[in-house]
Amino acid sequence: MTFTDAADRHYPAFSTDACIKCNVCNTVCPVARVTDLFPGPKYVGPQAQRFREAPRSADHSVDLCSGCGFCTRACPQGVRIAETNSRARAEMVEERGSSLRNRVIADTDLLIRLGVPFAPLANFALRSRILRWIGERVVGVHRSAALHPFARRTFQAAVARRRVSDDRGPDRTLIYFHGCAVNGFETSLGRDAISVLERNGFSVIVPPQSCCALPMISNGLYPQARAKARRNLTVLGDYARRGYRIVTTSTSCGYTLKAEYAEMLDLDDPDARAVARQTWDICELLGDLHERSKLDTRLAPLDRELPYHPPCQLKAHGIGTPAMDLFALIPGLRAWNSEHDCCGAAGTYGLKRERWQIAQDVGRGLFARLRERPAPDMACDSETCRWQITASTSIPARHPVEYIAESYRRWDAAHIGEVARAEAGTQLGAT
Amino acid sequence: MPDVDVVVIGGGATGAGVLRDLAMRGLRAVLVERADFGSGTSGRYHGLLHSGARYVVHDPESARDCARENAVIRRIAPACLELTGGYFVATPDDPLDYAERFVPACAAAGVEVDEVSPAALLDAEPLLNRRIWRAFSVADASLEPWELIDANLASARAHGAEAWRYTRLTRIVTGEDGAVAGVELEAGRTGERRTIACSAVVNAAGAWAGQVAALAGARLGMRPGKGAMLVMNRRLTSAVVNRLAPAGDGDILVPVHTVSILGTTDVEVADPDDVRVTDEEVRALLADGDRLVPGLSGSRVVRAYAGCRPLYDEADVDAAHESREISRAHHVVDHGQRDGIRGLWSIVGGKLTTYRLMAEQTVDAVAGALGVAAACRTADEVLPGSEEGRSYWLGERLAALEAEGGGDADLVCECEIITSGQLQAELDAHPDSTLDDLRRATRLGMGPCQGAFCTCRAAALLSDRQGMGLNGSATPDPNAALLAFLAERVRGTRAIAWGDQLAELWLEAGVYRGTLAVDTIGAAGNGSQDGAPSHAEP
Ligand SMILES: Cc1cc2nc3c(=O)[nH]c(=O)nc-3n(C[C@H](O)[C@H](O)[C@H](O)COP(=O)(O)OP(=O)(O)OC[C@H]3O[C@@H](n4cnc5c(N)ncnc54)[C@H](O)[C@@H]3O)c2cc1C
Repeated sequence: MTFTDAADRHYPAFSTDACIKCNVCNTVCPVARVTDLFPGPKYVGPQAQRFREAPRSADHSVDLCSGCGFCTRACPQGVRIAETNSRARAEMVEERGSSLRNRVIADTDLLIRLGVPFAPLANFALRSRILRWIGERVVGVHRSAALHPFARRTFQAAVARRRVSDDRGPDRTLIYFHGCAVNGFETSLGRDAISVLERNGFSVIVPPQSCCALPMISNGLYPQARAKARRNLTVLGDYARRGYRIVTTSTSCGYTLKAEYAEMLDLDDPDARAVARQTWDICELLGDLHERSKLDTRLAPLDRELPYHPPCQLKAHGIGTPAMDLFALIPGLRAWNSEHDCCGAAGTYGLKRERWQIAQDVGRGLFARLRERPAPDMACDSETCRWQITASTSIPARHPVEYIAESYRRWDAAHIGEVARAEAGTQLGAT
Repeated sequence: MPDVDVVVIGGGATGAGVLRDLAMRGLRAVLVERADFGSGTSGRYHGLLHSGARYVVHDPESARDCARENAVIRRIAPACLELTGGYFVATPDDPLDYAERFVPACAAAGVEVDEVSPAALLDAEPLLNRRIWRAFSVADASLEPWELIDANLASARAHGAEAWRYTRLTRIVTGEDGAVAGVELEAGRTGERRTIACSAVVNAAGAWAGQVAALAGARLGMRPGKGAMLVMNRRLTSAVVNRLAPAGDGDILVPVHTVSILGTTDVEVADPDDVRVTDEEVRALLADGDRLVPGLSGSRVVRAYAGCRPLYDEADVDAAHESREISRAHHVVDHGQRDGIRGLWSIVGGKLTTYRLMAEQTVDAVAGALGVAAACRTADEVLPGSEEGRSYWLGERLAALEAEGGGDADLVCECEIITSGQLQAELDAHPDSTLDDLRRATRLGMGPCQGAFCTCRAAALLSDRQGMGLNGSATPDPNAALLAFLAERVRGTRAIAWGDQLAELWLEAGVYRGTLAVDTIGAAGNGSQDGAPSHAEP
């Protein structure tokens, strides 16, 4: 890191030079709004930064930052406030260590490895009020926190027998980074994603992969996060450097690959740069196909209301709300945007005993709005937000691409005969 | 019967040190300072407790003094120090052979140096020039002047002395025998005059020593050397960094609390109160700064300021000299011997690092003349506040606030983390403080926003206290205090108003002119202070 980079403001802690203390960040912070325990992004960011010098950390309250990143988005001066805070937390953890709870909930790979083989038992435990109460007391995971039941089989295991080669080249082949949510909890989302992409003419490779490391990053566990990230980069970097695109179905994992490996973990090698450049959110990719008139728009109607909540991480991508654009292609689907900033979950934040109430307060407005206009289920691009919303409102939440998949399936069901005839026709024509 | 034995003129480090030493030797003494304590050069210096290494080649006498006093200050005033350590580094622009002279000269002067590999240096200080090819570590440290002065005054008071600020010496009265008989003083804020009878006067007025000597009709050849410095928005290095070369302009970078200070220039000036920073100086400093930390000139500067070196030209003739070449070792001038004014001594030259030694030698002379045999104990007795032996740590204020549960509801100055409780305590102790006095006591307004956000809050505090009848009789009206402080803060940003700092100034202008309409304060007839100008004008 040279100082010349500081002038370019790539390095988060240097960007604090630009703070003019205008307070805009404080006005958008969802956490500072609901609790006096958190003095706000200006304080824990650029202000406290002036009093930080490794290896000794003076911080405590920075740990209340949920990492939603709104402060960074809102700053008119380009200060990387959330990133600065994340690094400060990491230094705090490096100096004072981390709780066993944080290390466990941040290690989703481990949780999946332990939970999936014993899914029935584990899921029973998750539903048991007494066990959850004990879990809160002993481990520090709030008894009402949103924990999704484990899948019976990991997504990796489910696709282990698939053999997809990359010989159709980068234009027709995609690399799917499914993330932990799909791997251990929501495997059907993974299947839907693959089917939607395949329907649009792509071969989809699902390489072996680790957790993207975001939970570790947001718990300040940088060394562990770097190890995970490096493992992913070796696999993904090779594809990315050859021009293959990486697709994610989680705006959180996606943003981690796009930005946080470099911004938080200082991973700045050719692999990291290629992966950052080549990573796409699935809705972003489908939207892009549509813009270039390449999206298969044979979509059957879904005649219903659909509440949609754009997660904080999506805003970090800076890609608008591509899911809303896609919903507009489905006949009859009346999607509406929650227009609420944050559900409060913020990854593992809302799970913690001492943070749960804050997370509930942050999401309160959103929950109220969802209850006001009831719908059978709702859409959101990030898993922990979906789980938080469901746990707090009892409204099931699904990824936007699941509605696309559903619409495709209905179209297919309605047009079975037609498709067969068309295919027969092409074959005839070809001879 | 004189009112006191000795009157000390000047409330900088030297005067405070002299007062303490006098008091500890049992002399009745009073110190007068025309403005706030530490508002002269001691409050406008570079902030460095020298190891001595900077002077080994050209001024070994100063080097030896610094090395000795460095060890003493570490012992008696750790609370005023941040033990940053320091480096001398050779950049590609520095002479190839300087190290060959530097190392033996250090040994000769008793200055400890250790060679460190450039790789190890860059590891510790990643922002430094990657092309540094040689480096030595030394015992430099960052020295907080106002705390040091306060501690000396507190110790002096504990030994029975008094110190009065905002009290100007207007005349030194001599008897028919030509000996000092007393001093005439004027209270700066009320204009009240008084005379004090004394047996001796110590002129510790630094760069103003010539003016003070003239008040007794004595002539003292002072050649004030102005030095400008730039305050960088944050710390660029955690240790002091000096160039391994003969002294130049922007060749030292000192971490001072939350900032780094780059300096200094050296320009001879006629009037020590002339501390304007010119564009030329700013450019020279930035150009040199880039050699130490490449890209420094593109990063944020929050303020430019200057101080005047109390340089003494003994020969008082050779005006062709560059002022950096004049010896900085100090001189105790006995005006009885020199000018026939018995009982008047001037202490000139020197450095902040050697303030105690200067005081000791001065008081040796004064006490001897007054027939007091007590020996100096200032090097042995630890200063008030330093008893625990702990030195300053950058995270201190943040840690203290965080320990209280964080939260910034009570913060007046956000940049420097100052709570209203801290300011109230300071005001309780000194009810007639101006905002600038509070600044020296607490660092109020010294951060990146340069008072944009704290000035109105601090003025509101003064206003509340005024309502409760808690302000001293000499406290300026809160509105006037606000205007004066803003004007002073903005003044220091004139020479560096570009980029982010300019954005800050515009925001400040918006806050004070747009939202708070300070321009109407004068019209309402409240803002009578020094015709406080168009404050927040970028
Ligand atoms: C740019 C610069 C950088 C420096 N850097 C360093 C450094 O890094 N390390 C170091 O050790 N030294 C440094 N020095 C030197 C050091 O700052 C001075 O030697 C030291 O501060 C002088 O202290 P003093 O008490 O003698 O003078 P001052 O602090 O100037 O005190 C004299 C006081 O006398 C008062 N006074 C004047 N006239 C009257 C009057 N008529 N009545 C009452 N009071 C009066 C003034 O208001 C003033 O407060 C630096 C100097 C400069 C200019």
